[in-house]
Amino acid sequence: MHEMSLAEGVLQIIEDAARSQDFAKVKSVVLEIGQIAAIEIEAMRFCFDAVMRGSIADGAILEIVSLPGTGWCMQCAITVPIVEQYAACPECGSYQVQPVTGTEMRVKELEVE
Amino acid sequence: MCTTCGCGTGEVKIEGHDAHWHVHEDGTAHSHASDEHVSVSGTHYRPVNGAHQHAHDHDNSHTHEHLHFGLGAAHSHAPGMTQARIVQIERDILSKNNDYAAQNRMFFEDRSILALNLVSSPGSGKTSLLVRSIIDLNESVPLAVIEGDQQTINDAERIRATGAPAIQINTGKGCHLDAHMVGQALPKIPLPNQSILFIENVGNLVCPAAFDLGEACKVAILSVTEGEDKPLKYPDMFQAARLMLLNKCDLLPHLNFDVDLAEENARRVNPMIEIIRVSATTGEGIDEWLAWIECQRKAILVKQQGKSPIHQHSRTELNVRQTVA
Repeated sequence: MHEMSLAEGVLQIIEDAARSQDFAKVKSVVLEIGQIAAIEIEAMRFCFDAVMRGSIADGAILEIVSLPGTGWCMQCAITVPIVEQYAACPECGSYQVQPVTGTEMRVKELEVE
Repeated sequence: MCTTCGCGTGEVKIEGHDAHWHVHEDGTAHSHASDEHVSVSGTHYRPVNGAHQHAHDHDNSHTHEHLHFGLGAAHSHAPGMTQARIVQIERDILSKNNDYAAQNRMFFEDRSILALNLVSSPGSGKTSLLVRSIIDLNESVPLAVIEGDQQTINDAERIRATGAPAIQINTGKGCHLDAHMVGQALPKIPLPNQSILFIENVGNLVCPAAFDLGEACKVAILSVTEGEDKPLKYPDMFQAARLMLLNKCDLLPHLNFDVDLAEENARRVNPMIEIIRVSATTGEGIDEWLAWIECQRKAILVKQQGKSPIHQHSRTELNVRQTVA
């Protein structure tokens, strides 16, 4: 969803960092995206290239680090691995699972010149 | 040296020997040149905390393993070889929006304003429901409305026809309201202390879920003409909402709509969600909806009164206002 807005968010973060840390060119961008975050990775790559064009990150390599998803099953009262949001608990099959990790969407680091 | 994954640190680079092979934990093997790290499928790899095996086929042939923990990039670059450096950011992609949302939230909290973000698909009856709610509230509470649509000021005009102040935000190409747009609209509408601000988001069940506007909570509106499985098809929105209003319930006798199934689906994606069945046309359930709003307002007032001395001025102001009233 809205990967274009998210890519614009990434560019804003890059431009803020460029001002505060004094660099003029971004060679690569590392994003951390949770496995159950509502981001389509392919759409993100497409939008990233489009949004970065003409900016200090034009042509930058996009690296995406995938973070595993876990949820709290209210029935089992344990943390369980989940591969998609709103999935059933792998232990008991209940849908009463609240996502704990895997919804992250972060700019982790930049390689700059 | 590979400036992406940090491998080959301190090694002598042999001319014509830029490429080397990687074997990842998942078994994928690929080669890459010194400045890239792309597998055959185009996927960029960077193990978070797994071991990362490198097989080098140069004279010093050896295999080694080391842990990256995501820090393997070119912190290790050799001075003089490249000007590249790594800047640690660790910022949420939505942090810019969240910063604006936090400002809006502070604005609301300082004034004990209840801000509700109404989200739904186009045509679920958000505006009709708002108009009905405003009429039934009958000026018992000061309120204002921010209307979000791609184009036209039609909805704001419908609200203003009830006598309530409203401001239209046209998002143009945008598919959702963001916190910055809402922040810009706030000074343009009258919002006295303890008032209610209804923010009617752009009709879209996808994007508005991710954008915090600084509201107290999101209210999702689902109409019974849409299908029981909408919460499963667009789970993010129903996950983000505290309340679901099931609208157009007056049409139920004419439809094959399983209300219980729709509610079960909503609870499947959000076990905590509250649900009220309403009809903007007949007024069914509107009392319960308005009572729910009143309950949220009370919660804000109680929270405000329990605040630290920094916020005492608001409290005093509140007491003075109550005394005057």
